[in-house]
Amino acid sequence: MPFGRSKRASMGLPLSKTGVRRGDALFHGAAVAAAALVPVLMAGLFVELAYGSRLSLEKFGFGFLVSAAWNPVTGNYGAASSIYGSLVSTAMALIIAIPLSLFIALFLVELAPPRLARPVSGAIELLAAIPSIIYGMWGLFVLAPFLADHVEPALQAAFGHIPVIRALFAGPPMGIGMLPAGLILALMVLPFTTALMRDVLQLVPPVLKEAAAGMGSTTWEVFRKVMIPYGRRGLIGAGFLGLSRAIGETMAVTFVIGNSHSISASLLASGNTIASTLANEFTEASDPLYLSALIELGLVLLVMTFLFQVAGHLWLSRLGRKTGGGQ
Amino acid sequence: MALPAGTKDRGWAVKCTSRTRRKLIDRTMKAAAGVAVLIGIGVLAWVLSVVFVRGASALSWSFFTKLPAPPGAPGGGLGNAMLGTLLISAGATLLGVPAGIMAGVYLAEYGAGTRFGGFVNFMVNVMMGIPSIIAGLFIYALLVVSVGHFSGYAGAMALAFLMMPVVARTTADMMALVPDQLRESALALGAPRWRVIVQIVFRAARAGLLTGVLLAVARVSGETAPLLFTALNSPYWPRSLAGPTANLTVTIFNDAMSPYANWQRAAWGASLVITLGVLTISLLTRFILRRRA
Repeated sequence: MPFGRSKRASMGLPLSKTGVRRGDALFHGAAVAAAALVPVLMAGLFVELAYGSRLSLEKFGFGFLVSAAWNPVTGNYGAASSIYGSLVSTAMALIIAIPLSLFIALFLVELAPPRLARPVSGAIELLAAIPSIIYGMWGLFVLAPFLADHVEPALQAAFGHIPVIRALFAGPPMGIGMLPAGLILALMVLPFTTALMRDVLQLVPPVLKEAAAGMGSTTWEVFRKVMIPYGRRGLIGAGFLGLSRAIGETMAVTFVIGNSHSISASLLASGNTIASTLANEFTEASDPLYLSALIELGLVLLVMTFLFQVAGHLWLSRLGRKTGGGQ
Repeated sequence: MALPAGTKDRGWAVKCTSRTRRKLIDRTMKAAAGVAVLIGIGVLAWVLSVVFVRGASALSWSFFTKLPAPPGAPGGGLGNAMLGTLLISAGATLLGVPAGIMAGVYLAEYGAGTRFGGFVNFMVNVMMGIPSIIAGLFIYALLVVSVGHFSGYAGAMALAFLMMPVVARTTADMMALVPDQLRESALALGAPRWRVIVQIVFRAARAGLLTGVLLAVARVSGETAPLLFTALNSPYWPRSLAGPTANLTVTIFNDAMSPYANWQRAAWGASLVITLGVLTISLLTRFILRRRA
């Protein structure tokens, strides 16, 4: 490693011992302060949101979590419909995204030659670079009409006469509601879960795979019976991180979910999530109790994502590697 | 290595299904993997092509230089929102990058192996997964309520909150890749530790550090949710960041939800501008990383 233009200066030959100590202490102090800022900010999140929601916490107590009321006129608020919507849309996203990313990971790790795997991997990662609001625009103006005209009527025709399942597809096909929200969330989670699963599966020792193949296993059997069990912990961790990413996703969902405080069994009916309620109503909230109830919704979301993140990283860290939920 | 005839299969090993059936399953699953890849790439192409086609028709010189037009009126642009987005992102970078780099320095150089270092390392990972709308809510409660009005500074703070853990993570990871011999030889020459970090480790890891910063900038410049209740929006040119500040992403949200055709068109134009900006930065980071590798 070259020292650059001036060797003497770069090597930092000390002028005096105390000067060196002071410089080192300052730099060390700055690094410690920046590092300490991270847990301080995390604690601050909980404190600020709890403080901001004190009015609503006092008035509604635990009932806030199970009440489906949401009436700014009478000042009665409950989180049930938002929590329900967050959970259902996230569940749909994972049901779609996890098998899809497993298959893409299979392609990247086992099937594709390196020359193909690299650009494919890059293209999937680009899905994560597209901002949430762009997915929202596409979802509202392109995907929703497409679903309303083609997909939803077909679903109704296929399942409309089967009892129980019929309820999932009741109501007019508008292209707005839980179904498009779940689909878009799946697309947005896909690059993260795929990248994590690919990395986890790449850790499987070649000896194990070769041994299985030597026993006469097909590629799929090696994947299904050796690689997936070996990487199980990491794969579950990837699922948790995908879950926490989907549950807090805001803009794309706000565009397509319909934003109504209602709980409906039908995937075609409009609903809301915690994040979409915040995005939609926060700037309109005029009285303190309304605002406080919205901040409490945020607190609920924070607690949920925090738990999922901690769980996900704990599962992943057992693999003994550092893995981020970011890009 | 086939199982001897008559051996019972215990454990994971190959079940005694007929060979053709196993081959068929294998082929089906391989085909499914191919289809999954096509779905992913197909959606990417679909979204990007829609943004390019619809956005391109809204672009013009005045789109970049003028203020928004009233509903139904021709012309107008989003010059104020573009300037605002640049200012807010720059402010966020100034706040978030130094904090993130120093936290990364701690994780890689001072805290590695310590209890506190492990805890911060874990918290950085968790903080990266905090939803962006929560960051907005936090800064709202912290800054907007106390000051009494929305401001571009609050928006920059919310974005900085999102940038910091991303920069810290990549900084720590990239600095950890620098071989210890480099540090040791510089220390042996009598260089103080902070100069070793700044002049040896930073320099060795500079491509990685730059990548982390660019990734963080790309991540936040397309964010909308944290700006909704911090920077808000404004129909005027930003004079400073002290008041509500126009920005592209909240403008897209407002215009897309409006019933006016010319505003919706402007929203598509803004979508194209934001997408191009973010994709350019993302591709740039890939280019930097590849040249290094």
